[in-house]
Amino acid sequence: EKEEVRLDFPPSHRRRLYLVLSLPSTFPDFSSVRKSSKLYSENPKFPMSIFEYNGSAVVAMVGKNCFAIASDRRLGVQLQTIATDFQRISKIHDRVFIGLSGLATDVQTLYQRLVFRHKLYQLREERDMKPETFASLVSAILYEKRFGPYLCQPVIAGLGDDNKPFICTMDSIGAKELAKDFVVSGTASESLYGACEAMYKPDMEAEELFETISQALLSSVDRDCLSGWGGHVYIVTPTEIKERILKGRMD
Amino acid sequence: MSQTAVDVPPKGGFSFDLCKRNDMLTQKGLKAPSFLKTGTTIVGLIFKDGVILGADTRATEGPIVADKNCEKIHYMAPNIYCCGAGTAADTEAVTDMVSSQLRLHRYQTGRDSRVITALTLLKKHLFSYQGHVSAALVLGGVDITGPHLHTIYPHGSTDTLPFATMGSGSLAAMSVFEAKYKEGLTRDEGIKLVAEAICSGIFNDLGSGSNVDICVITKGNKEYLRNYMEPNPRTYVSSKGYSFTKKTEVLLTKITPLLERVEITEVGEAMEE
Repeated sequence: EKEEVRLDFPPSHRRRLYLVLSLPSTFPDFSSVRKSSKLYSENPKFPMSIFEYNGSAVVAMVGKNCFAIASDRRLGVQLQTIATDFQRISKIHDRVFIGLSGLATDVQTLYQRLVFRHKLYQLREERDMKPETFASLVSAILYEKRFGPYLCQPVIAGLGDDNKPFICTMDSIGAKELAKDFVVSGTASESLYGACEAMYKPDMEAEELFETISQALLSSVDRDCLSGWGGHVYIVTPTEIKERILKGRMD
Repeated sequence: MSQTAVDVPPKGGFSFDLCKRNDMLTQKGLKAPSFLKTGTTIVGLIFKDGVILGADTRATEGPIVADKNCEKIHYMAPNIYCCGAGTAADTEAVTDMVSSQLRLHRYQTGRDSRVITALTLLKKHLFSYQGHVSAALVLGGVDITGPHLHTIYPHGSTDTLPFATMGSGSLAAMSVFEAKYKEGLTRDEGIKLVAEAICSGIFNDLGSGSNVDICVITKGNKEYLRNYMEPNPRTYVSSKGYSFTKKTEVLLTKITPLLERVEITEVGEAMEE
């Protein structure tokens, strides 16, 4: 029985419908709508990258005994925006955050897997994971799927021993890239590289770090169609976590 | 689903769960992601007392420089180091894995590791994946039988050489070696030659860049000279820095205070006999 697609659904239902469409092979009932979802690009000579399906921008910066991690808030299906409050940055524990860019379904699945493994670690070791250890765990989980990878790129940021900030990013198969200043990931990564390179200064305090990372994020996502709709910034110092939502261009 | 529901650490090896889904996406016209590659110039040379390995420090993701100062000389054993070119995740994973296997082997035999042991473990692994694990390595070390230098290709073939280069800048570096290498080099001459070879790769090859890392291994001693030369410093650094005239507009702020980390030291009592 073919299900009729009604266009007068309330917004929350419509959102769920489109998310289901991103797995066409198991839902043959939606075949008529699937053709118009344009999963393939029109010109076979320029295939779209899988990372450009949802769009994302994540950046992390190191400050003085603190770190900042920021992401955009848009979730899209190619050129259509379907959510403007998507959480890309998640807390693993009070001192370690992970931001995941790339395909949204893999972002959520990978996050759930990592929280599961961290909880197992907490039960066994009776303490939280250090950020370096957590980065190795993520790298191993991603490399395990070397020939059929999770289509996302994580950015990990945390406060290690002695409140020393730690940041790192990886490609989709777990190649760790440790940096002492900033790391970027997502569709806006090229702009982010440029903006961070220009705006970054070593040893910034929390407030100045917030201003720098927000300006770098917003100016970079303004130059990227697939990310934007504001920003989500976490500034973590040894005494507090400050979570701020930024107002950006809404296009 | 019941068997895959529990995500406990598996026995080892790769998992191919998502291959079918990724193939479906590629057929629909979506391009697979590009991996972090180390474009690279890596070199090795045997001198009078041992082996010198050298590498550049640029990691690329397509045409963009992802990491300006990455480490390409990986530790295998106290007397063996390995430089890696190719897909960064593959070189890191393969060298970490063989390094652990060598350590277990050392515990079992009670002897120092030999370079050919590392060589055989690496080539067996790479051959069994038929080149899909894309790691091109320069392996060097000094063991009880003397100094050794080998190159390993992604498909599993190996060469034993007095001087070797790999990576996209290998031709630039090999030209320097072919012109200036001679047997019985001293330590300083060897380091100078390796630095010159890596610099020729850095300046002439687009896939290599940034700084020069050098590792000198002799009998019973090793020296890892990280960033031995930095021929590409940042050219213009503004002393004033960036100033933002217009502040960012914040919609919402949420502050979560973190509990103070309290260290509890328990005074233990002596065990009763």
